[in-house]
Amino acid sequence: VGVARSSEGLRHAIARIRDLRARFWTEVAIPGSGAQLNQALEKAGRVADFLELAELMAIDALDRQESCGAHFRTEHADAGEARRDDEHWAFASAWGVDAAEPGGALVFTRHAEPLSYRSVPLGTRSYR
Amino acid sequence: MRLTVEVWRQEGTEVAGRFETHVVEGVEPQLSVLELLDALNEQLIDGGREPVAFESDCREGVCGACGVTVDGEVHGPQDNVPSCHQRLAGYADGSTVRIEPFRAGSFPVVRDLIVDRSALDDLICAGGHVAVDAGTAPDADAVGVGAETAELALDFAACIGCGGCVAACPHGAAHLFGGSKLAHLSLLPLPALERRQRAVAVVEELEELFGPCSHYGECARACPAGIPLTAVAVVNHERLLAGLRRRL
Repeated sequence: VGVARSSEGLRHAIARIRDLRARFWTEVAIPGSGAQLNQALEKAGRVADFLELAELMAIDALDRQESCGAHFRTEHADAGEARRDDEHWAFASAWGVDAAEPGGALVFTRHAEPLSYRSVPLGTRSYR
Repeated sequence: MRLTVEVWRQEGTEVAGRFETHVVEGVEPQLSVLELLDALNEQLIDGGREPVAFESDCREGVCGACGVTVDGEVHGPQDNVPSCHQRLAGYADGSTVRIEPFRAGSFPVVRDLIVDRSALDDLICAGGHVAVDAGTAPDADAVGVGAETAELALDFAACIGCGGCVAACPHGAAHLFGGSKLAHLSLLPLPALERRQRAVAVVEELEELFGPCSHYGECARACPAGIPLTAVAVVNHERLLAGLRRRL
């Protein structure tokens, strides 16, 4: 999930993150309990969050069928320049994330927050 | 080298604590006290036991998160050095290191080596901040602050808020901490506008939450930020000024 990303690379990344996450939830060893302050438990909670966030970033990158901002989808470029698609993608994605049980498969729901500009029309900057 | 570590274990604030003895092998002299604890914790986790809880963050001596008592010395055997920079080079192979939390009445133990230092936050909330409505920012050179004044204010602002001064003081006084805030802020033009209220509020917190100051100077000897003992005198200076101004 780099600055330049492709559909193939993202699918590969998602599969690897899911594998890592499944391993984390089955193999993680946390000493102590939640009854007292437990720094190992705090760290494990943070890793669990990062694994969810990693999958979300890859899912969002795969979902967006354009090159926008500082990131490039290699499929959506014209001679090395980013190709935006304002007709279909002029919105910010806000994702709902759900799981049937802790550590279970994540279900992502995309909500769109439309971007509307009244005084300046949308345009694509040319660096050529 | 091989070190015997006597480390304080305490399940919670209301539970009695005790020292636990462990032997750590392969300790390098350039390691810090915190890295000795890291090595001990790896050993404990490998043995299926709970690691020793302790706080640390930057490990560069600038954040103030760490702080343990080593062989009875706040932060460790070297003066004016935080726990993260206290090296083990002074310990001979086979010797014993005793690590316990900061000891102060205002710092209850939360777990093992972690103490609750929120009394310091209470002092900051009471007066260790600037609450002047300054309006829009003036031009940088419109309000003149002399270079020497600015440097002096910065010297007092170097406090990292670790609480070592409180733990080092036989009375558990926080005058070095409180004084560093008063000195730093009274030297600068905008914070100086609320100088009197600040002095009253900080002195009140110092008296309510911490012990009295007897000028032992242990605080300045332990302080990892090198705050001079002058800060302690500033507390009384500011208190006196505030009292005089109130009567006028």
